[in-house]
Amino acid sequence: MYWEPDNECMHREELEQLQLERLQATLNRVYGRVPFYRKKFDALGITPEDIGSLNDLARLPFTSKADLRDNYPYGLFAVPMREVVRIHASSGTTGAPTVVGYTRNDIRTWSNLVARVIAMGGVTKDDVIQIAFGYGLFTGAFGLHYGAERIGASVIPASSGNTTRQIKIMRDFRTTALVSTPSYALLIGDTLRETGTPLSSLSLKWGLFGAEPWSDAMRQEIEERLGIVATDNYGLSEVIGPGVSGECLERKGLHINEDHFILEVVDPDTLQPVPPGEVGELVLTTLSKEAFPMVRYRTGDLTRILPGECPCGRTGRRMSRVLGRCDDMLIIRGVNVFPSQVETVLFEIEGTEPHYQIVVERKGAMDEATVLVEAAESIFFDQMRRQKEMVERIQKRLAQELGVTFEVKLVERKTLERFEGKARRVVDKRQLWSSPTAEPHA
Amino acid sequence: MLRVRNLHVYYGRIHALRAASLHVVDNEVVALLGGNGSGKTTLLAAISGVVRAASGEVALRGESIVRARPDQIVRRGIAHVPEGRHIFKPLTVEDNLMLGAYHRYARSSRAAIRAEAEEVFRLFPVLAERRGQAAGTLSGGEQQMLAIGRALLSRPKLLLLDEPSMGLAPKVIREIFDHIARLRAERGVTILLVEQNARAALSIADRGYVLETGRVVLEGPAEDLLANREVQRAYLGRERSRTAAAERDADPSV
Repeated sequence: MYWEPDNECMHREELEQLQLERLQATLNRVYGRVPFYRKKFDALGITPEDIGSLNDLARLPFTSKADLRDNYPYGLFAVPMREVVRIHASSGTTGAPTVVGYTRNDIRTWSNLVARVIAMGGVTKDDVIQIAFGYGLFTGAFGLHYGAERIGASVIPASSGNTTRQIKIMRDFRTTALVSTPSYALLIGDTLRETGTPLSSLSLKWGLFGAEPWSDAMRQEIEERLGIVATDNYGLSEVIGPGVSGECLERKGLHINEDHFILEVVDPDTLQPVPPGEVGELVLTTLSKEAFPMVRYRTGDLTRILPGECPCGRTGRRMSRVLGRCDDMLIIRGVNVFPSQVETVLFEIEGTEPHYQIVVERKGAMDEATVLVEAAESIFFDQMRRQKEMVERIQKRLAQELGVTFEVKLVERKTLERFEGKARRVVDKRQLWSSPTAEPHA
Repeated sequence: MLRVRNLHVYYGRIHALRAASLHVVDNEVVALLGGNGSGKTTLLAAISGVVRAASGEVALRGESIVRARPDQIVRRGIAHVPEGRHIFKPLTVEDNLMLGAYHRYARSSRAAIRAEAEEVFRLFPVLAERRGQAAGTLSGGEQQMLAIGRALLSRPKLLLLDEPSMGLAPKVIREIFDHIARLRAERGVTILLVEQNARAALSIADRGYVLETGRVVLEGPAEDLLANREVQRAYLGRERSRTAAAERDADPSV
């Protein structure tokens, strides 16, 4: 159940001492070896010696995605290339890719951190784990792959796509754990239904999902369709890849591997820390990375720190599941809306399918937001009156929950695009950004 | 057991230790690695009070000892075996050992201390054989054992060892490190170790720190430090190629 109990259940005081030591060592390394950091520290008149406590971290400058792009490809590496054994690039969900490197030790650390997350999600060495993330520059597949091998599970590197084949592998190889994006898990669930494949023909028990925000309602849907216990895990290539945090089986937030990362939650506009427990942008500092250390990296992901201790015994603080990205927060007529909030409402309403898209346009000076949602066949071919009732019910719930009126359109099943990797739920036609690569919060 | 935070030490104008932080957990063996002048010996000396820190904290089991005198620190349970052993060469082996309990002469009976010395003779049988000999006639390895044994007579919770392998033949180094590992296993002593011989130190250590020009630049489990290329190049020297092969065999990622 625990992979590294000494680290995962470390006493808080001991953890903070270790964090300080590792922070200071990391700062000494980046200051001496990465000109980018030295310049930024010098500009503020700070040397690593000035950082005598964890609170002093706030005196250091942030690092943003734009900094990574400016130093493309290897400018932020802290070791010579001969010590780098692996290069990955961010999946480039928004904007241009960024390049990260790993030493042999980094790969080992990474494997261990993912092993912790996998063990938290219930998977053991007796499981057969199917990795349905795309193998390539994206860190998701390799990270989960190494972590799963590390705990001794049997790993099937299925990669993403070809859903029929995934299901055949799943059935024939008796896969017990699925790794994918939550949207792909849903698609697999849909395909199982359509092909009339009974769950009893599968051996699935666990699902480890990540790489995009998803709601608890979507979790329920996935669990029902696949007959599994689903957990969320979080990471990003700029920091290490998967392995930053993961849900234990309590499923009340994701335990952060705090012996390897320091987290801060800041207001994305003022960059000041938010009051404890409030939502803000997650900022991460790496503590053990050799090739690509990151100091105060603005992840762009919105979350909050959950209060209290977890009954599972792990002492790593928990972050809420990622609520969205700073850059996919929609501001509709001045109201902040996250796709995940829309998703939660849609999933509550009977007769909708878990596939939707949000389209935002500007009509004159007004934003107009439309939710396209697939309706179950029974509804779609039913009388107009029932369709109308359903549209009104969705509109009313969205307005209640989000404070914004949406247009709602029911569409036929399977008319919206399906995703094998990260889902694209929002189409913003307002062109508020000058170019797709612009830094949304620079 | 021990917690050090932001320790600064100056020798005149030389800033020898810059904001060094480290900790040692009960019954742990921790290695301090680094080149000449990196500050590792200074760090040990600042912990044992031999050198005074300009600023920073040193706490033993939660109690600050940074302002304490060396003899008070010995009483609190830290014994420092300095580089070069510093044994009293004209004195017998046994007398050298007994001096380790010097600060307890007033409170403990001579017999009790003698019993503890016998304990040390059991740990290092070679010293027992030479108990009546002048310490100066011992070999380098035996002198190192004597220095460690003498430190044990202060009944330390934490043993600071500075370069125990210095000037010893490889076979003797192995023997000394076997003894150090046994001290932890059998007597529950916690050890903070400074070593040039990084490989020997990391072979018995749980964790380690790497110092460079007075700064801690790396902290990690011993196995990670052994696999770190910079550590290999700087401190593991010519054995590097062998390490690379060993690592290749142990690494799941290749």
